[in-house]
Amino acid sequence: MEVLLSSDKIADCITTLADEIISKATRDNQIVVIGIRSRGEILAKRLAEVLSKKLKNKIPCGTLDITLYRDDINNPQGESQPLVRSTEIGFDIDDKILILVDDVLYTGRSARAAMDALIDLGRPKAIRLAVLVERAGREFPIHADFAGLKVDLPADKSVQVNFVESDGKDRVIVI
Amino acid sequence: MSKKEFIWNRKHLIGLRELSREEIEYILDTAQGFEQVSTRSIKKAPTLRGKVVVNLFFEDSTRTRNSFTLAANRLSADVIEFTQKSSSVNKGETLLDTARNLEAMGIDIVVIRHSAGGAPKFLSRNINACVVNAGDGFCEHPTQGLLDTFTIRKIKGSLEGLKIAIVGDIAHSRVARSDIYAMTKLGAEVILVGPPTLMPAKINQLPVQVSYSLDAVIGQVNVINMLRIQFERMGTNPFPSIKEYSHYFGLTVERMKKAKKDILVMHPGPINRGVEIESEVADGANSVILQQVTNGLAVRMAVLFLVNQAAMTKET
Repeated sequence: MEVLLSSDKIADCITTLADEIISKATRDNQIVVIGIRSRGEILAKRLAEVLSKKLKNKIPCGTLDITLYRDDINNPQGESQPLVRSTEIGFDIDDKILILVDDVLYTGRSARAAMDALIDLGRPKAIRLAVLVERAGREFPIHADFAGLKVDLPADKSVQVNFVESDGKDRVIVI
Repeated sequence: MSKKEFIWNRKHLIGLRELSREEIEYILDTAQGFEQVSTRSIKKAPTLRGKVVVNLFFEDSTRTRNSFTLAANRLSADVIEFTQKSSSVNKGETLLDTARNLEAMGIDIVVIRHSAGGAPKFLSRNINACVVNAGDGFCEHPTQGLLDTFTIRKIKGSLEGLKIAIVGDIAHSRVARSDIYAMTKLGAEVILVGPPTLMPAKINQLPVQVSYSLDAVIGQVNVINMLRIQFERMGTNPFPSIKEYSHYFGLTVERMKKAKKDILVMHPGPINRGVEIESEVADGANSVILQQVTNGLAVRMAVLFLVNQAAMTKET
């Protein structure tokens, strides 16, 4: 087990992500943050909190469940059988700069599913992807607009993101 | 965490009697995730794209059939509507031949309603497609049982410790049976209320209490489910007159005065207004009858999703 990011580093990454997002945003565009269940949800909440402080303006934050949009529903990979949960986005996404948040970008399949799910909810002005870890190995033409850490790992390794809210502690490890 | 490890592996939904509490709760939890599909701007998800669902209805239905059709449509499946009236069944085709012919066209899920109890089970043993029971004889109507349970759980939070009265024509009611299995498995106490002539023969085999007086029961229950008097299923007269039945077992404004303030009034539909329930009560503040219909959609989406997922998992 190798630790990629410690608790302090995770906090630094989120601050850096927030700074980059703000630097790229133009004045008139309204930013909203939406996290992909379940680790993306936690990261999105933290990011929205930092953004809200920096911008002195409450940035709306929502949660997206992508189960219904996954491309492996009819072609299950292994034993995984995710529970369908609800999407909780209590605001309009039309014409917003939508920051889509996930913990790790790897194959790009989750991001693809998330974009399809978002389009069924409205028409944002733009969707930008923010991740904590950007790992090489894309299977789709998708890239991260904002990434906390970039890594390239052998295919048999997996990146695991732990958060206090879900796992008791903050860390990013390779197993 | 235990819920994450649970794997749903049934490609058929025949009845609630055979399901565990965990399986029932898994369907209800899944249904919760489907609720929002019906409330957003694009009321459709691509989940069952390319799948074909057949509504194989050998009995009349408005609510259940339309609900299944809409549920399938919202998941992007294609739907074939089969009705006995305009089919080759009238030329003498058997149930199995009808189903096999439909299957030869490449269908994935059969939703069947049949007057013969056991027809869905029989079908599930003989075809490869997923089979979902939409009501068989006096046996079960599992999606109704699930949507009733879903509705109660959504409003009351849990069924644990609740007292639920099911009133009326229990003998002819598949809804009552599915309700009893689902509600008691989730921890509720079920009291059946009605005239002795409308109670099923082997009632002592069910985990329920029985009362022949609605007045004696109404003050103690949290939920009351008023079943429809099924005139079309009654050969002989089980009670002297409709007026007398209403007098003893109808849910009237007068009787509601004895009920708990937060009692939920349910009815599986279609309502015989003025027979088992007065209009003022059916349309009153305690009534959740239309919420049942709305919730039915989410529950049926969940069921179609889960049986398909189990079928897909088994093939790999």
